[in-house]
Amino acid sequence: MIELKGLKKNFGRLTVLDDLDLEIPSGQATGIVGPNGSGKTTTIKSILGLVKPTDGEIRIDGELVNNRWEYREKIGYMPQVARYPENMTVEELFRFIKNIRGDQPSNEEELIKHFGLESELKKRMRTLSGGNRQKVGAVLSMMFNPDILIFDEPTAGLDPRSSVQFKKKVRELKDQGKTIMLTTHIMSEIEELADHLIFIVEGKIKYHGPMDELLNEHKEQRLEGAVAKMMEEEAA
Amino acid sequence: MKALTILNYQWKDLIRGKWIFGYALIYLLITDALIRFGGAGPKALLSISNVMLLLIPLVGMIYGALYLYQSREFTELLLAQPLNRKTLFWGLYGGLAVPLSAAFILGTLLPMLYNGMFFGEQIASILLLLGLGLILTLLFTGIGFWLGLAFFEDRIKGLGFALVGWLFLAVLYDGLVLLTIFVLGDYPIEKPMLALTMLNPIDLARITVLLEFDISALMGYTGAVFNRFFGSFYGMITAVTSMLIWLALPLYGATKRFRKMDF
Repeated sequence: MIELKGLKKNFGRLTVLDDLDLEIPSGQATGIVGPNGSGKTTTIKSILGLVKPTDGEIRIDGELVNNRWEYREKIGYMPQVARYPENMTVEELFRFIKNIRGDQPSNEEELIKHFGLESELKKRMRTLSGGNRQKVGAVLSMMFNPDILIFDEPTAGLDPRSSVQFKKKVRELKDQGKTIMLTTHIMSEIEELADHLIFIVEGKIKYHGPMDELLNEHKEQRLEGAVAKMMEEEAA
Repeated sequence: MKALTILNYQWKDLIRGKWIFGYALIYLLITDALIRFGGAGPKALLSISNVMLLLIPLVGMIYGALYLYQSREFTELLLAQPLNRKTLFWGLYGGLAVPLSAAFILGTLLPMLYNGMFFGEQIASILLLLGLGLILTLLFTGIGFWLGLAFFEDRIKGLGFALVGWLFLAVLYDGLVLLTIFVLGDYPIEKPMLALTMLNPIDLARITVLLEFDISALMGYTGAVFNRFFGSFYGMITAVTSMLIWLALPLYGATKRFRKMDF
């Protein structure tokens, strides 16, 4: 379980996260939605320790993780804009990360096959297309079999076929009882994958709960309509 | 262990980039030429140290900042891994500072070796020179890192400050010192001048060299004050100690900043 308590983040005068309280349950998939610039990525980066919160507590499985690093063993992360050392080949990158992890067991071969990256292994990261880079990011996030997986707009830039492959993999991971957190602007993806929904606007949580409740509440058939309604209410 | 893995990768990347060989080659050619034309005496050593005093701070600062910008993807990738930020910082720093130091030392040492200069009576002076170069490399790479981190989002500013900083410390500072002496010459300003010298690591290195070679004519005002105040031996000890304090400063600032930064 990931718990955020009173999480605050200011970038200079700009408040990005405003006293955020959040619980992300274990063994389930949680989708985070919200308008652009609402603090989704900052929330994720705070959990990973990439962004240092101004104030607040982050606990993973009950353990305070602010300014710690060991806990990241448990997390696989796929960034929104995947940037990798340009001169490394895909193969070298995987080997390097394995070295950094102290040769932890990994299932990268199966993942490379799943995402169809075999023909890209010898290419340098610089020459890879955006979609293939995303796939490399997906493999990196999953290869050490982490308990928690965090995907930041994972399917942006993937072609439909790869996107289906990715979602298939995420469902598999969910069935294995992993905790999954993902942000996206594609509502159908959340409908397909997530059990819980978090709606963030301007660094504050506007809705947090199971998906079906939200649909009932707004008397909508589809999530897209319900979320759009919430965004309109916010704007009004 | 993990820092070593990072170092290993960074070195491979530097070697792939090849410019580090060029940097070593510059020292090799300059040292070789100076020995060829000036003989293997203290004069050659002095000329080498003059080149070193200009070149090392420039390359260290500019490349320190540039290298951080170039390694940005690498840094972001590793930050999401179970890795201490401190480990990552020293991995990055060592990845540049160690090859730069090695390039300087090898480039300077090699011509001295094959010219038979190294095993003469000047060995102590040569070792002092190489040691100073090492400290300067570590120090100015650290300052470069500090600037790079301080202006992580704004490369132009980071590199600009590195260039201006070098110009100030290596060129303008002496002029300012002279101007101060010229204006305030009637007052007892020896001690403030001494403090002024200690504020500039390049000056400190220069004075150490001059004290070692005992060339009072070339010592300039600050060197002479230093010499009179401390004497040759204690002057050198003081200068080197101040340089070591100087070395700790940017590294402390940079690590502190790196630990608190948002990526």
